[in-house]
Amino acid sequence: MTGLKKKEFSSPELVQACLNEIEKEDSKIHAFLHINPNALSQAQKADINLPLGGIPIAVKDNFLTMGLPTTAASKVLQGYLPHYESTVTRTLKSAGAIIIGKTNMDAWAHGSSTETSDYGPTLNPHNTDYLPGGSSGGSAAAVAAHMCIAAIGSETAGSIRLPAAWCGVVGFKPSYGRVSRYGVIAMASSTDSPGPLTKSVADSALLTQIIAGHDPYDATTSPLPTPDYHRHLQQPLKHLKIGLPKEYLEVMQPQSRDLVLQAVKKMASLGHTIEETSLIHPKYSIGVYTIIQRSEVSSNLARYDGIRYGLDRSHFSDEAKRRIMLGTYALSSGYYDQYYTRAQKVRTLIIQDFHSSFQKYDLLIDPASPGPALKLGAAANDPMFGEMQDILVEPSSIAGLTGISLSCGQINGLPVSFGLIGPQFSESLVLQAAHAYESAI
Amino acid sequence: MDVAHVAKLANLTLKKGEEKKFQEQFEETLKTVNVINELDTSGVKPTCQVTGLVNITREDVIDQSRLLPPPSANGGYYIVPSILSAQ
Repeated sequence: MTGLKKKEFSSPELVQACLNEIEKEDSKIHAFLHINPNALSQAQKADINLPLGGIPIAVKDNFLTMGLPTTAASKVLQGYLPHYESTVTRTLKSAGAIIIGKTNMDAWAHGSSTETSDYGPTLNPHNTDYLPGGSSGGSAAAVAAHMCIAAIGSETAGSIRLPAAWCGVVGFKPSYGRVSRYGVIAMASSTDSPGPLTKSVADSALLTQIIAGHDPYDATTSPLPTPDYHRHLQQPLKHLKIGLPKEYLEVMQPQSRDLVLQAVKKMASLGHTIEETSLIHPKYSIGVYTIIQRSEVSSNLARYDGIRYGLDRSHFSDEAKRRIMLGTYALSSGYYDQYYTRAQKVRTLIIQDFHSSFQKYDLLIDPASPGPALKLGAAANDPMFGEMQDILVEPSSIAGLTGISLSCGQINGLPVSFGLIGPQFSESLVLQAAHAYESAI
Repeated sequence: MDVAHVAKLANLTLKKGEEKKFQEQFEETLKTVNVINELDTSGVKPTCQVTGLVNITREDVIDQSRLLPPPSANGGYYIVPSILSAQ
C-alpha cells in the first residue's frame, strides 16, 4: 500500500509481478482455478487513493463474481457465470481492489485439505509433497507463494485458520455475522464466516475493516458498528488476562505444543497474564459440528438440481454425497431428535462454556491445528479427516466467535500455528493482541 | 442406516458398490458423533443460531443494478434443460 502511494511502483507493476509468480509457480502449486484476464487493464485504471486502490487480491471460488467463473471447485458448477456479485467482492472492488483470480478449495468447502477439489489438489508452497490445508487452501497457498498481496477465504470451522496455519500465513476469522454471506455459496449457514488470509496481522485488520459490516441482503449480519480495526492496532494494548485451555494442549502433537508454549511465554513477556484453564473437551465439538454441518449441507445443496445452476446431481463427488446423505439422515423422521436436536443442545453447552470462560479471561489461546501440514493423500477416503484436523477450531466456530491463526515456528520446514480466540465481536482485541505478538517476534 | 433409502430422500443416485462403501463410512462417522450422548443435556435449550437477532426484515425491493440483465436472446428468458420426459 505504502509503496503504491509513494509511487515506488505502480498497480500494473504489482499485478504483473503477481501474474509472473502465478505463471512461474502455479502449474506446480495449483492455487488458482481461474485467473482474471482483465486484471492488468483494471490495474491501469485503478484509483490508488482508495483504501485498496490497485491491490491484487485473490478470492476463494465460492464467492460469486460477475464476469469470472464461480464453481466452488465442484464439477456441478463447471463454467457457471454468476448473475450477481457477492457483497464481499463488491465491497473489495469499490475499495479499489483488483480481483486477480479465483482460488482452489475443497469442493463446496467440504474438507480441510483442498484435496477434495474436483479440479485436483493445491500443494503446500513450503513443500509440495504436503497439503496446504483447507478448505481455503488455494487462498492460503496464493498468499504464501506471493501470487497475490492478500486473499479472501471463508470459514465454517477452520477453513481460514487451518490453511493459514499449514501455509504459514495469517488467517483471521471474524465473528459469525460480522461479514456478509450474501453471494457466498452456502455450506453451513449457521457458521459460514468470510475473512482474510494475509501476510501480516495489519493486512488482516485492513481487509476486515473493508469487508465487515451490516448488509441488508444478509439478515444474519450484525447491526453493530464496525470499529476501525486498522487504527486500533496502533493504540496501546492493556495487559490482558488470557486463558490456556489444557484440553486443547492435550490434543496437540508434542513438537507443535512446545512451539506454542514458547509463543505463550512470549505473550507473557509482553505483560499479559496467562493461566491454564479448562473448557469442554473439543471432541464434543466434532460431534456437534459434524451433525449440524451435514444437516445444513443437505439442505443448502438441495438446490443444485441441474435446473437453476450447472449440472445435475450425478456430478457430486463422494465427499459431497457423504455429507448430503449424513445430513439427510440426521434430519430424517425418527432420527431428528437423536442427532440434530441433541447436537443443538450440546452446542448450547459449548456456547455457555465459552461465555463463562470469557467472564474470567479477555482472550483464549487456540492454535488452529494439532500439528503441521500432512502429506498429500492423507485426506483421501477418510470421511472424518477434516473434523480431526479442525478439532481445535470447531468449538469457537460453532459458538460464532472470532479467532486468528499466525505462525509461531516451523518443524522440518513446515509452519506451526499459534492462535487466539475472543468473544463475539471482539475482533479489535484479537487483532491488537496478535499484532503485538507478531511485532515482538 | 438404510443408505438406499437416505439416498432416495437426498435425490442422489448411487453407483454400484457405493451403498456398501458409504454404509461402512457412515457407521464409522456415527461412532465418532455419538460422543455427544455422554453429556447431560436435560433442561438445555437447543441453539439454532448464534446472532441473537430476531425477526430481521427488509423491503422486498429488487435492486436491478446488482443483477446482470437477462439475456437479450431467447426473448429475455433463460434456457434450462427439460425436466419433464416425453412420456
